[in-house]
Amino acid sequence: MTSLTIYKRELTSYFAQPTAYAIIVIFLALSLGLTFSFGNFMRVGDASLEWTFFFWHPWIFMLLAPAVGMKLWADEQRTGTIELLGTFPLSTWSAIIGKFLAAATVWLVALALTFPIILTVNYLGDPDNGAIFSGYIGSFLVCSTFLAITMLVSACTRDQVVCLIVSVAVCVTMVLCGYDDFTRELGKAASPAVVEAVTSIGVWEHFRSLNRGLFRLQDLVWFGSFMFVCLLGTSAILSAKRS
Amino acid sequence: MIEVESLTKQFGSKRAVDHLTFTVKKGEVLGFLGPNGAGKSTTMRMITGFLPPTSGDARVCGISVIDNPKEAKTKVGYLPESAPLYHDMTVIGFLKFCASIRGLKGSAKNDAVERAIETCFLGSVARQSIDTLSKGYRHRTCLAQALLHDPEVLILDEPTDGLDPNQKHEVRQLIKRLGESKAILFSTHILEEVEASCTRAVIVDRGKIVADGTPAQLLEQSGNGSLTDLFRRLTTRDTEEAA
Repeated sequence: MTSLTIYKRELTSYFAQPTAYAIIVIFLALSLGLTFSFGNFMRVGDASLEWTFFFWHPWIFMLLAPAVGMKLWADEQRTGTIELLGTFPLSTWSAIIGKFLAAATVWLVALALTFPIILTVNYLGDPDNGAIFSGYIGSFLVCSTFLAITMLVSACTRDQVVCLIVSVAVCVTMVLCGYDDFTRELGKAASPAVVEAVTSIGVWEHFRSLNRGLFRLQDLVWFGSFMFVCLLGTSAILSAKRS
Repeated sequence: MIEVESLTKQFGSKRAVDHLTFTVKKGEVLGFLGPNGAGKSTTMRMITGFLPPTSGDARVCGISVIDNPKEAKTKVGYLPESAPLYHDMTVIGFLKFCASIRGLKGSAKNDAVERAIETCFLGSVARQSIDTLSKGYRHRTCLAQALLHDPEVLILDEPTDGLDPNQKHEVRQLIKRLGESKAILFSTHILEEVEASCTRAVIVDRGKIVADGTPAQLLEQSGNGSLTDLFRRLTTRDTEEAA
């Protein structure tokens, strides 16, 4: 119940300020812009959207998701409102869940607003809409994972800029680590065990399988546990900071 | 109503609060005096459940803030020192948010918000964004938040800090009036305030109580009828400590 109150407040705050609008507009411009330019959407003639559209999402999210999440705890600590939250009868968990879901909702709205691309592929060709749907789920999970990381970082600092830079660095690492060109280069220099370890923290393997319309339990568990650990860490850091 | 028992808080090697013991009964207004850094805010943060004490316990209406923090927090209204607020909200929006977290719903919520607005003279700015308010209004908005759920215990950290003389007078009158039916603990630097609104006062220095009594008793203890002299004699000046 208190989670819902926190969720509503955070969501209203996103849309009462230019933050959410700016990020949604930039996301739409980038994701659709890249699809039609570098993605060669019109020339490839592929209606699956996997390479033309979804391929760009992790690259965009690694920069933009932290911008949505950076204020979640950093701002609370800078303005001192964390003292209000800490003396209200609510658990840290319900505040964490409420805030996380509010940030995720901003991205849900952003993703939903890319709907014209679905209309376009359906008009031009005969795509597998199930695969497109699971591609969207993959995108949403990647961006929620990045949000959870940002939340963890924002619990550590009261400075939003520090939070943004550190979170982006972590997210960029996660995107690069599983990327084919990167792992190939790494394979020349390091042993297969190292490559495997590095690849395992990358998002691509799990994102790609969802892109192809494949629901694998291991991917959902990977995303789910990653987020859970980040949120758990957030709660631990917030309590540790007080004592 | 408030029972503080041997409360201690250690920050690294510095003992901010040192085995503090006192009680505040219903109908009592306890003034909490002391120089900056004496441990007043830390003590208040521990009683409100924001900071966990290193040792000792605080009970609010008989409920321990350590064993049962969630329930203890429902009994307390708290005004933090910096009067933190969510600046992107309106006054009424903020108060409704706080009321919801306090578990108030429907007409009970609206009544509580209306009553708090009236008590704190916020009627003229109720629909204004908190961003645009002057310091006095912000302070009173935060005070209104502490009164929403009609708590049995009020803890106010420098409630008159930064207010103009008219506003100071109003807040003192308000504290006096509320003190008839509640237990109030408030900290201040202004010694006249003690005579104006307290039924009892304690002076703390370096985490320990150095004087305790009604304003009349303290005046008597000072020898020459000046609280300032008593205060200066009993407490350590930070210039002295450094020397």
